[in-house]
Formats: sequence, structure tokens, C-alpha cells
Amino acid sequence: MEALNIFIKSVFIDNMIFAFFLGMCSYLAISKTVKTSMGLGLAVTFVLVITVPVNYLIDKYLLQPGALTWISDSFANVDLSFLSFILFIAVIAGIVQLVEMFIERYSPSLYSQLGIFLPLIAVNCAILGCSLFMQKRDYSNIEVLSFAFGSGIGWLLAIIGIAAIRERLKYSNIPPALRGLGIAFIITGLMAMAFQAFSGIKL
Amino acid sequence: MSEIAKKKDPLFGPRDMKLIKTPFSKENPIIVQVLGICSALAVTVKLQPAVVMALSVTVVIMMSNVIISLLRNTIPPRIRIIVQLVIVSFLVIIVDQVLRAFVYDASKQLSVYVGLIITNCIVMGRLEAFAMSNKPWPSLMDGLGNGLGYGIILIIIGFVRELFGSGTLWDIRIMPEGYIPNGLMVMPAMALILLGIIIWIHRSRNKDLLEKE
Repeated sequence: MEALNIFIKSVFIDNMIFAFFLGMCSYLAISKTVKTSMGLGLAVTFVLVITVPVNYLIDKYLLQPGALTWISDSFANVDLSFLSFILFIAVIAGIVQLVEMFIERYSPSLYSQLGIFLPLIAVNCAILGCSLFMQKRDYSNIEVLSFAFGSGIGWLLAIIGIAAIRERLKYSNIPPALRGLGIAFIITGLMAMAFQAFSGIKL
Repeated sequence: MSEIAKKKDPLFGPRDMKLIKTPFSKENPIIVQVLGICSALAVTVKLQPAVVMALSVTVVIMMSNVIISLLRNTIPPRIRIIVQLVIVSFLVIIVDQVLRAFVYDASKQLSVYVGLIITNCIVMGRLEAFAMSNKPWPSLMDGLGNGLGYGIILIIIGFVRELFGSGTLWDIRIMPEGYIPNGLMVMPAMALILLGIIIWIHRSRNKDLLEKE
């Protein structure tokens, strides 16, 4: 039950884009059509669901203060958490590379859809941000999975939303200086305001 | 030998000045190149974290530019992204530890966004676009310019949001007693709209930046 709550919370209330601004760069750059943004959103969700649990295990069994006690009790005072940035990003970059090779080998059709986006994802702040939030909050195994999946779906929802709006924007008369980027920001702001309506929900 | 010495630029020539100046307006990393938006919006509820973040990013860009520029001829092109990520995350760890040691409150407020400097596209963008093909000294200047160009936007947004959202500046009360803080300014939505407005103003003053559709 707790896991379901976390899922809903991370999709709507703590949405990666509207509440934490994570992954804004690719969100703005690749939201011109619904089709491509669907591809990117799926790729992000996919990578999140793999990397966050892996980083969770690394955090739990290597980095946290006292995490190394499974080797020997004498390591109880060792705190390696200052290494988390470098290990997390290494895991993300490595897994993205692996996933890319794996998909290319076993599902060429999925690869041709996601292919161009996968390398971009290694430096998408939503992925690293999700791992860092996971480290700050105390989740159990199943909750981590639902947090990662929920964050990915929330990101997907946001990018599809703005892509759909931007497709329609072609037909409206926007002041020339506001066209493109400026209006994209203002729309995202308005969407964020709409999403604030969910913040009253107690889970 | 003397030939090379003559050709050498002065330590702080007009070219260096240009590298520092252009990122402020014409090639601003945030409002023109749209890089590094995530942190720009998240840390600007108050002025102080915005300034701390701007300084940290500037330091990271400068240092990583110099290091990559020194190593540029030895990095194999295929693995350059990983090498860049490792160097940047190494620098970010140092910055994070320094922040925790000396400005603990600000570091608490910045929370995960210090770590997210690693994936800040400005850093990676400058490494790819400039440091990989230039000497260390111009790279340092380029890093300084881009860091400051990023910082100026952060400070503008932080200034507006703190002044109207809490009625204070740098935690000192500015607005008169009767001022009711505008709660909207503190919310994430307003950061996005403010940035949209800054882009609007900037583009109506620089007509050549307008987007053609």
C-alpha cells in the first residue's frame, strides 16, 4: 500500500519536472512533437527503473555509514557516502551504455525508436537526481522500485503534455520575441501551477 | 623559440575579454543556449543559495575546463564522455565537501542540487565545445565567463523571488512591515514564468535571437 502511495506521489505531487525542475534541458529541447517525446519519456522511465534500484543497493551495501558491516564488524564506523556522486554517475553512464548495447542486439525496432535518445540520458539530471533523492529519503526495496517507476511516468506525462501543447501553438499568434523558448517556459509554469492542485492530497 | 614567444598573446588580451563578455548576453548559457535550467530554477527561492550555487558552478566549470584542456590530446575520443564525467564529479565532490564544511546552512538548502552540478549541461557543454579544442588559459577564461553568465541569471531570479516572495533580501527585511508576501513567487511555477519573461525581454532587445518557425 505504501508503495502505491509513493507511486502516485511521485507521478503527480513530487513530479520531477514541475516540482524539482529535473531533466529540464532535454524536456525543452525534445518536446516539439508528441511522437519523439513519447520515445524519450519511455527511455527515461526505462533507465530510471534500472539505475535507481542498482544505486540503492550500492548505497545500502557500500556507501551508507556502517554499510560495510556485512564484510566485517570492524567496518562499522566507515562512512563512504562522500563517494556517492562519482559512483552513482559511473553506474548511470555504465548502465546506459549496457542498455543501449542490449537493446541494439535483441530489439532493433525498439533501438531505432529509442536509439538516439539513450546516450543523451546519461547526462539527464532526472536520472542522477532521482538516485540522490532516493539516498536522502529512507525507502525500502519495493518502495524504491515504485519511486523510480513513478518518477519516470511523471516525467513522461509532463513531456507528452508540453509536446501536445507545443504542437497546437503553431496556430496561435504569439509575440515574436516570446516564440519558441519563452512561451515554452511560461506554459511549463502554468502546467506546474495546475499540478500544484494535487499537492493538497494527503497520502 | 623567440618566434613563439612573440606570437604568444598577452596574459589578459582582448580575446580573453571577449570570452568573458559574450556569455553575459549574446551567448548566455541559460537564456540563449538553454543549458543548466534545472538548478537555475530550483535554487532561486532565496538570494543566498542562488549566489552560493552560482559560485560553485563557476568554480567547477573553470577547473574542469582547465583539466580537460590540459588532457585534451591524451583522451581517446570514444571514452571522452566518461572521462569528462569522472573529472567533473571529482570536482563536485570537492565543492560539496567545502560547502558542507564552511557554509553548512546553504549546503543544506541546496540539497541534491550540488550533486546535480555533475549533470549540469553547461559544464558538459563547455567541455565539449571549448575545452576539448583550446589551450588551458582561454579555457579558464571561457569557464569564468560562462559561470558568471549563468550566475547573473540566477541572481536576477533569486533577487525577484526573495524580494516579492518573502519580503527580504539575503534574509534581511526590505519590504515595509505591512507587506504581505506573495506566496506564488516561492512556488516552482513562478520560477519558470520569470525565466520566460527574462527570455522575452532579452529577445525583444536582441532581434537576431528571435526564433523562426
